[in-house]
Amino acid sequence: MSQSQGTQPFVLFDNVQKSYDGITLVVKSFNLGIDKGEFITLLGPSGSGKTTCLMMLAGFETATHGDIFLDGRSINNIPPHKRGIGMVFQNYALFPHMTVAENLAFPLEVRGMSKSEREDKVRKALDMVQMGKFGGRRPAQLSGGQQQRIALARALVFEPSLVLMDEPLGALDKQLREHMQFEIKHLHEHLGITVVYVTHDQSEALTMSDRIAVFNDGIVQQLAKPADLYERPSNSFVAQFIGENNKLKGIVKDLKGDTALVEFTNGQQAEALAVNCEGVGKPTLCSIRPERVRIGSQAGMYATEGKVIELIYLGDHIRCRMSVYGDDSFIVKIPNAGDGTMLSVGQTIRVGWDKNDCRALDA
Amino acid sequence: MEQIQTLNGVPLKKQIARALFKQKMRALLLIAPLLIFILITFVIPITDMLLRSIDNSIVSETLPQTTASLETWDPKAAQLPDEATYLALYNDLKLAIEQKNHTKLGTRLNYESSGMSSLFRKVGKDVSKMQASVSYKEQFLAADKAWGDLKTWNLLKLYSPEYTTGYFLAALDMKKTPDGIEMLPESDRIYLNLFARTIFMSIVITALCLLLGYPIAWLLANLPMRTSNLLMILVLLPFWTSLLVRTSAWKVLLQQQGVINDILVWLGVITNAGRLELINNQLGTLIAMTHILLPFMILPLYSVMRTIPPSYMRAAKSLGATDWTAFWRVYFPQTIAGIGAGAILTFILAIGYYITPELVGGTQGTFISNRIAYHISSSLNWGMAAALGTILLTLVLVLYWVYDRIVGIDKVKLG
Ligand SMILES: Nc1ncnc2c1ncn2[C@@H]1O[C@H](COP(=O)(O)OP(=O)(O)OP(=O)(O)O)[C@@H](O)[C@H]1O
Ligand SMILES: [Mg+2]
Repeated sequence: MSQSQGTQPFVLFDNVQKSYDGITLVVKSFNLGIDKGEFITLLGPSGSGKTTCLMMLAGFETATHGDIFLDGRSINNIPPHKRGIGMVFQNYALFPHMTVAENLAFPLEVRGMSKSEREDKVRKALDMVQMGKFGGRRPAQLSGGQQQRIALARALVFEPSLVLMDEPLGALDKQLREHMQFEIKHLHEHLGITVVYVTHDQSEALTMSDRIAVFNDGIVQQLAKPADLYERPSNSFVAQFIGENNKLKGIVKDLKGDTALVEFTNGQQAEALAVNCEGVGKPTLCSIRPERVRIGSQAGMYATEGKVIELIYLGDHIRCRMSVYGDDSFIVKIPNAGDGTMLSVGQTIRVGWDKNDCRALDA
Repeated sequence: MEQIQTLNGVPLKKQIARALFKQKMRALLLIAPLLIFILITFVIPITDMLLRSIDNSIVSETLPQTTASLETWDPKAAQLPDEATYLALYNDLKLAIEQKNHTKLGTRLNYESSGMSSLFRKVGKDVSKMQASVSYKEQFLAADKAWGDLKTWNLLKLYSPEYTTGYFLAALDMKKTPDGIEMLPESDRIYLNLFARTIFMSIVITALCLLLGYPIAWLLANLPMRTSNLLMILVLLPFWTSLLVRTSAWKVLLQQQGVINDILVWLGVITNAGRLELINNQLGTLIAMTHILLPFMILPLYSVMRTIPPSYMRAAKSLGATDWTAFWRVYFPQTIAGIGAGAILTFILAIGYYITPELVGGTQGTFISNRIAYHISSSLNWGMAAALGTILLTLVLVLYWVYDRIVGIDKVKLG
C-alpha cells in the first residue's frame, strides 16, 4: 500500500464514527485507506452501515467523530457539490423531467462548460455505455438496465477520479446483473478511476473488487483481497458471511505457535490453525470449507469418523450432510468423479482435512 | 381486401364492435346512478340557470296577442290596459288552457312575483265561464283582483320580449340606449371593477398560498414521520373547524379593537389613535382567504413532493450543483405538477368565494359572488345573478384554457 511509501492513500477514513440518534453508533470505528485506481467493495449485511459510510464520503452525512481525507485533504467541511465525487444511486436517481442527454449534460452545465464541449462529452459518455441512440429519451422510457447505464454514464461524464456506487445493480435480474458487473469492471480498468462499491451480494463483491471490506456491527471485520477473504477469513463472522462454511464448536486445550488443540463437543480432540483464538480454556469456532473436506482413503492424518445423514445430488457435485465431531450439520462437497463411488445414508466414513484448512476463530 | 369473419360467419369488425358495445353499456350502467344524480342536481339546474340570463320566451309564446297588445301600453301612465288587451288575454289564455300551458307560465312568473302561480292556475276555470257579451275587462276584474292590479300588467310587459341582453349588459356596466349600447357613467359602474378586483385578489391569494404553502409542504414531505404527522394535523385543523367560526375568529383578531391591534398598541409599535385597519377592507379578505385556502395549496403540493425521493437532490449535488441549483433545476421542476394542481384549486375556489369576503371584506373587499348572492337572495333579480354567474364561469374557463396553454393541464397531478 502507498502508506508504506510514506504518502497518504487517496481516500482515508481515520477513526470515523457515526451516530444518527446520539444513542447508538451505526459506524463504530471505521478505518480504511483506498489507493488511487483501486476498486474497493464495502460488503456487509443489511443495516451494517455501508450506505452511511458512503454518504459520509459523498458529504450527505457528517461524521460524528473522525476525519475523512480525500487526496490528502480533510473533506469534513467541504460541501458535497465541491467534492467532485461521482455517485451512482441504487434507484439511479435520473432526473425524470430531463432527457437522457440533459441528465448527462447537467454536471457539465453546473460546471459552466460551453455547449459544444458539453455535447461532445455527453456523446462520448453515451457511446461509452453503448447508449448513443437514447440521448433524446426520458428516463421513464428506458428499461432498468438502460437506466443503470445512464446513471453510470452521468456519474462518469464529468471525469471524477472517485466514483461511489451504492448497490447499483440491486434492481436488475441475475443475467443483466452479471453483464453489468463485467461492464463496470471494464470501465473501471479502462478509465483508471477509483471506485467504492457497496453491495450485500458476496459473489458480486468477490468477482469485481480489488479489495473487500467486510462490514458488520459498524466495524470493518476484515479488509482483504477476495481470495484472501475466502481462503483466510480472520474471524467467524467473515468465515460465515463469505461462502459456505462448517462451524465446529470447541474449547482450546493447548496453543503451540500457530497450532491449537481443540476439544470438540463430543470430547474428541483435533489440531487446527490458530487464527483468532483467545487462549487456552477459551471457546473457539473451527471453520472448514465444505470443499476442503476429504473423505475415505484421502482423509489423511487429521481424520475422524463421520456418519452420513443426508445426500443431495447436484450434478457436478454431491452435497453430503454428516455428523462430525458431534455436529450434525457438517456439510461436505464431494466432486462427482463419475467413478460410481456412491455414499449411502447411515454409512460411516473417514473424514479429514489439512490442518491449515481448519481455522480456529473467535467463538 | 377480404373481410375476416368469425367462425359463425359474422364479420370480425362487427363482432368486436358488438362485444365492445356490451362492455361499454355495462360500464355505463355502473356509473348510471351517479350520472343521473349529477344530471338532475347539477347539469340541468346550472344550464337552466345560465339560460335564465337571456331567456325570456315563455311569456311571448304563451300570450302572443297580449304581449303584442301591451307594446303600446305605457306602464308609467298608471292606467290599466284597454279592453282590447283583455280580449287578447282572453284569446291567448283560451288557447293556452287547451294546451295546458297556462300553469307553466304561472310557475315561470311566480319566480318574479309570488301569487302568479295560483292566479294562472285559477284562471283556467274563470276563462271557461266568460261570455263574449260582457266586457272582458270587467269579467277578468271580477274573477280576480290581481287582473286589475298594475303590478300584474307591469310584470307581463316587463317579460314580453323573448330574449334579453339586458342582464349581460348590466353585468358589464353597459346599457341600451336608443343610440345603441354604451357604457354607464364612471360613477355608476360597479361590476367591471368588481370582476377585476375578484380576479386580481384571487391571484394574490393564490400567490400568497403558494409562497406560504410551499415550504410547509416541503417540511411535511421531508420531516421524520412523527413530526410531519403532527404538522399535518395542524394543516388539517382548519378543516375541522367551521368556516364561519374561523372567519369570525379573524374578525376578533383583526378588528380595530381586536387582539392584534391591542398587542401592537401595548408594545408601542402603534399609537392608540393610529390603530391599523386590518379588516373590513381588501387586506382583511386577503388575510382570511389566504388562511382558509392554504390547505388546498399545501395538500396537492405535499402529495407530489412526497413522491420525490431525496436521492434526486443528492444526485444533483453529487454532480456538482449548489443547493440552490439542485433545488431550482431538479426539485422545483418536479413539483410543478403540484403547484399547478394547488394553484388551480386555490384560484377557482377563491374566485367563487362568498362567505369570507362577505364577513371580513367590508365594501372594498367583497367579490363578485357577493353580488350574485345579493341578486339571488335580496333583489331577486335572478337573470342578473345568472348573467354575472355566466360571466364568472366564462372567465374561469378562459383562464383555465390559458393555463392549459402555458402549463399544460395534463401536468397537473395530485400525487
Ligand atoms: N437517516 C437515518 N436516521 C437514523 N438512522 C439511520 C438513518 N440512515 C440509516 N440509519 C440506521 O443506520 C444503520 C445503518 O444504515 P445503512 O443505511 O448505512 O445500512 P446499509 O449497510 O447500507 O444497509 P443496506 O444493505 O440495507 O442498504 C441502520 O441501522 C439504519 O437503521
Ligand atoms: Mg444501503
